[in-house]
Amino acid sequence: MGDILRVENLRTYFKVRGGVVKAVDDVSFTVGDGEVLGLVGESGSGKSMTCRSILRLVPPPGEILSGRIYYQDQDIMTWPENHLVDYRGAQVSMVLQEPMTALNAVHTVGKQIVETILQHESVSQKDAEQRAIDLMRLVGIPAPERRLKEYPHQFSGGMRQRVMIAIALACRPKVLLADEPTTALDVTIQDQIIRLVKDLQEEMGMSVVWVTHDLGVVAQLCDRVAVMYAGRILELCDVIELFENSRHPYTRGLMESVPSGNTRAASKLIPIPGQPPDLLNLEEGCPFRERCRYTVERCQEKDIPLVKVSDKHYSACIRQKELWES
Amino acid sequence: MNEPAVTSSQPLLKVRDVSKTFILGKSVIRQMLGRSPDSLRAVHHVDLDIYPGECLGLVGESGCGKTTLGRCILRLYEPDAGQVFFDGQEILNMSTAEMNNMRRKMQIVFQDPYSSLNPRIKIGEMLKEACLVHGIVKQSEVKQQVEDLLTMVGLSADISERFPHELSGGQRQRVGLARALAVNPSFIVADEPISALDVSIQAQVINLLVDLQEKLHLTMLFITHDLRLVRYVSHRVAVMYLGSIVELAPVDDLFSNPLHPYSRALLAAAPLMNPRRRSRVAAIKGEPPNPINIPSGKCPFLARCELARDRCSVEEPQLVEVEPGHFVSCFAVKG
Repeated sequence: MGDILRVENLRTYFKVRGGVVKAVDDVSFTVGDGEVLGLVGESGSGKSMTCRSILRLVPPPGEILSGRIYYQDQDIMTWPENHLVDYRGAQVSMVLQEPMTALNAVHTVGKQIVETILQHESVSQKDAEQRAIDLMRLVGIPAPERRLKEYPHQFSGGMRQRVMIAIALACRPKVLLADEPTTALDVTIQDQIIRLVKDLQEEMGMSVVWVTHDLGVVAQLCDRVAVMYAGRILELCDVIELFENSRHPYTRGLMESVPSGNTRAASKLIPIPGQPPDLLNLEEGCPFRERCRYTVERCQEKDIPLVKVSDKHYSACIRQKELWES
Repeated sequence: MNEPAVTSSQPLLKVRDVSKTFILGKSVIRQMLGRSPDSLRAVHHVDLDIYPGECLGLVGESGCGKTTLGRCILRLYEPDAGQVFFDGQEILNMSTAEMNNMRRKMQIVFQDPYSSLNPRIKIGEMLKEACLVHGIVKQSEVKQQVEDLLTMVGLSADISERFPHELSGGQRQRVGLARALAVNPSFIVADEPISALDVSIQAQVINLLVDLQEKLHLTMLFITHDLRLVRYVSHRVAVMYLGSIVELAPVDDLFSNPLHPYSRALLAAAPLMNPRRRSRVAAIKGEPPNPINIPSGKCPFLARCELARDRCSVEEPQLVEVEPGHFVSCFAVKG
């Protein structure tokens, strides 16, 4: 299995009044062909900006400072802007968290799907419309012939998110970046969308980067997981390895601090003390050190890189070996 | 199983046949065109008992009426019909003065800690006001009382000199809780108290709530959409759908043996935190129907139900006790 996407030492910084926010700080990972990679983290951990960087769509004052992004072994950082038009949408496409603001309120849903198809492919209007109807059926929108002519406000939240997915899939992209696409949705609808994406992904052989803060969604959907915190990846491994043999205090802390579906008597929640660090002018060293129960002096000395724990398992904790190798 | 701190046969709060419908679109143009306004049925003939010291979880998806029900109980919304008894007293007929007095005993923690605190008032002043308005403490003791409150919710005393915008989300939610506790209430409605917080902060606030609930013997209505959370905090759980309570049971019974088809679907849809156990099919098809202008006289879950039969479309099922303490409103479920 090859890697469709390779991100190396990506740094996306925001220069703001008072300093620099390192939204994405030296992040490296790969996405395999047909793989679902989960990007897990809290708000402000840099997961959305990582996705936007992959599309080279970082909003100002943000800027990709350095790093390489290889799509099918070509470095897209060297591409001119006009080269990216086909890449965005046709090769790599994105689904956003908020389906109400991402769709244009004054155009019909059909027009917005058709527009995407016509942008990337030379087909007739009629054929594009037929494809739009097929796509809407594919993502489970009932009566697509009629709903094609409706406006976003006539759709429910779940249906709008299906429209977003239809638009993202319109040109059969090789990579789908899904930025918390189910966070705003109810659990039964989230469940439907997750199954849908999983089915489509397997059917089309697509790769998916799924951004979420919900470990349950990760467990159900992802093959591999990158755990992000304060702009860095702290742990990167196979999903089963993550749940059963995590090698980072932050990952372990997260798992202990969310209800797992048990009563209090069965397992009491252990909160992570403190709060995420202020990203403005973040100091060197492990960003989690102030909340970590295993902190030692070495943790603040320098930035801690991801180190190989085992085949396909990486951790950015300097004490992972002594703490969990038995 | 989560054990309630106090058990008593007499409920602290009794909700009887409470309904609330919002009238929408009462615009002049609509009236001139002779159209009748839309009605949104938020709460539909709800009966509920909450016992002293218990935490009752109220779960359901957005728009099911759980927040409206919580607010009707506190008379933050006036219900259209029904009765609410608190400590044996009917509160819906109370005068404003009587009700204000009652509010000392019934408080609420809101979902959004960003919009529920007045941005122009220092935390200390805010808590002082809450203490003084009901005359619980003397002016001379109020400073100490505020400090005690802050300590109780795990904040340091110097917070009282700060404004809400200087605090993090977790700190604000603690202030919201301190404000609710300032009047020494016996009953609290916690309306999605952690859903606006970062994941790593949520557990801090949940544990605080649960600890205080046990320590102060608070009776609590815990409103949430998160099933894993409801299992963690509640003693009993009520499942709400389209304004009606469709199932009510002790927490373990509900999770080990959900009987209503909607509860089953809801539980199956919550993503399991175990990558070795993945389900491949969606738990339920379709979406909750639009709560505007729904016809009554049939089961609210009819359109999505796999067990639907003729009777479900001509008659509304009532909550029936099918096992001790386990209530379901479904014709397909036999006790």
